[in-house]
Amino acid sequence: MGEFMAQVPVTEGVFTWPSDEPHLLGSRCVSCGNHMFPRQSGCPKCTGEKTETVELGRRGTLWTWTVQGFPPKAPPYAGDDNPKTFKAFGVGYVELPGQIKVEARLTEADPEKLKIGMEMEMVIIPLAKDEDGNEIVTFAFAPVA
Amino acid sequence: MSIDVAIVGIGMHEFGRHEGVSGMDQGVTAVRRACADAGVGWEDMQFAFGGSMAAGAADTMVSLLGLTGLQFINVMNGCATGGSALFSAYNTIRSGVFDLGIAVGFDKHERGAFRVNTKGSGLGDWYGASGLALTTQFFGMKINRYMHEYGITNNTLAKVSAKAFRNGSLNDMAWRRKPLSEEEIANSPMLSYPLTQYMFCNPGEGGVALILCRADKAHLYTDKPVYLRAAAVRSRRFGSFEVLAPSIAIEHNAGPTVDASKAAFEMAGIGPEDVDLAQLQDTEAGAEVMHMAENGFCEHGEQEWMIQAGETEIGGKFPVNTDGGCLANGEPIGASGLRQVYENVLQLRGDAGPRQVPNDPKVAYTHVYGAPGISGVTILSR
Repeated sequence: MGEFMAQVPVTEGVFTWPSDEPHLLGSRCVSCGNHMFPRQSGCPKCTGEKTETVELGRRGTLWTWTVQGFPPKAPPYAGDDNPKTFKAFGVGYVELPGQIKVEARLTEADPEKLKIGMEMEMVIIPLAKDEDGNEIVTFAFAPVA
Repeated sequence: MSIDVAIVGIGMHEFGRHEGVSGMDQGVTAVRRACADAGVGWEDMQFAFGGSMAAGAADTMVSLLGLTGLQFINVMNGCATGGSALFSAYNTIRSGVFDLGIAVGFDKHERGAFRVNTKGSGLGDWYGASGLALTTQFFGMKINRYMHEYGITNNTLAKVSAKAFRNGSLNDMAWRRKPLSEEEIANSPMLSYPLTQYMFCNPGEGGVALILCRADKAHLYTDKPVYLRAAAVRSRRFGSFEVLAPSIAIEHNAGPTVDASKAAFEMAGIGPEDVDLAQLQDTEAGAEVMHMAENGFCEHGEQEWMIQAGETEIGGKFPVNTDGGCLANGEPIGASGLRQVYENVLQLRGDAGPRQVPNDPKVAYTHVYGAPGISGVTILSR
């Protein structure tokens, strides 16, 4: 039954969805080429005022990481786990070559299996169900097998 | 030639949890204690800078203290709120506008990790909704990377916490006054790898007030004036790695702590080697380690042997967080940076009791760091 639920992104404009190959959406400065995530209108590097939307790379390397070991406060957290069902999840920065390091949840939460420098790929993961029974999804990075 | 500035009165409300006492009331108590310490009355204050993050507008405290008509300006600058109030008071006197005034900070936070208002922080709702937007995650990720690059060990993190609680046990204003062993700290629940429960400070409650005056009038109020030699606040530059950042640039740049520290040393005309003790932002054990190097007190990685050798203990070569820091005192944001200065004034007066740094310290340093990438530094001397 779960497979037939509609999947809706946690927000519009942060990643492409639905898609077979989802991408994060960033900005690129028209003046200096600096990449930003999420999208924004001004460039923090050169103070340029014109940016364009770009799809960021889907693969990168893990720059640093931690494991979220306790349930985040809700709000702002919107996951439908509760203190009893909560499972620790990984969080890290993934360096997308030549672009930027993005912060994301990781699908791996075992400190023994997370290594700085490992290859990671962007995926979409379920976060919660909304009132209409849709599945709310967000982005994450998974180790490349 | 600008005017020199002295701190002539200090007051503090105990840090911790105080049922039924508002944050504002704790600020008022701190102000009254500071006035008593300087031997002045509230009516003598010519100006005030004050702030809290979660306990209301500081200027409303005049209805409790006395409606004297003084200039009172509210300051709200994240974790640097207290530091910014002090910076403003410092420069108000330096510029010659007023002779005597007060910087006050207080707070009262809900239990547990800080709940981040993503909209108020310029972040999309999706960021917190997705399970990001926790300051604790940043602390775990920054020290994890740092340990990878510079060889800091888990035991060194436990040692930092053990020192904090040991120092806190000597401080009757501190919240956490029970010493904990390195084993208890290392084996407490893992909150944000590699940081355990007892390696994190807690949001808390408390208040601190400092009375400042022109240095040439300090003798009117105290026979132990402490001089504020520098106060600097800096925000982040492109390429630094900061708390609550959905992304960071590929290129690396030192953070605001490095910039604020350099600016403060330049202002004071001294260097890190001249500092006898320091209070460094220790929201968690890793922060104290990294901030030792970012403030210029050692090279990256040297902390490992310094801490293992006990150099940052009260009796060591370079005592750090002598009052137990944020780890033992908790972090009421508006008051936290001023607590560091309060402790340094006690130490420079020689009034720190059982936790007094030996050999007559002459120069003391404070440092705060916070969202969204801001740092405040002060340098005090006798």
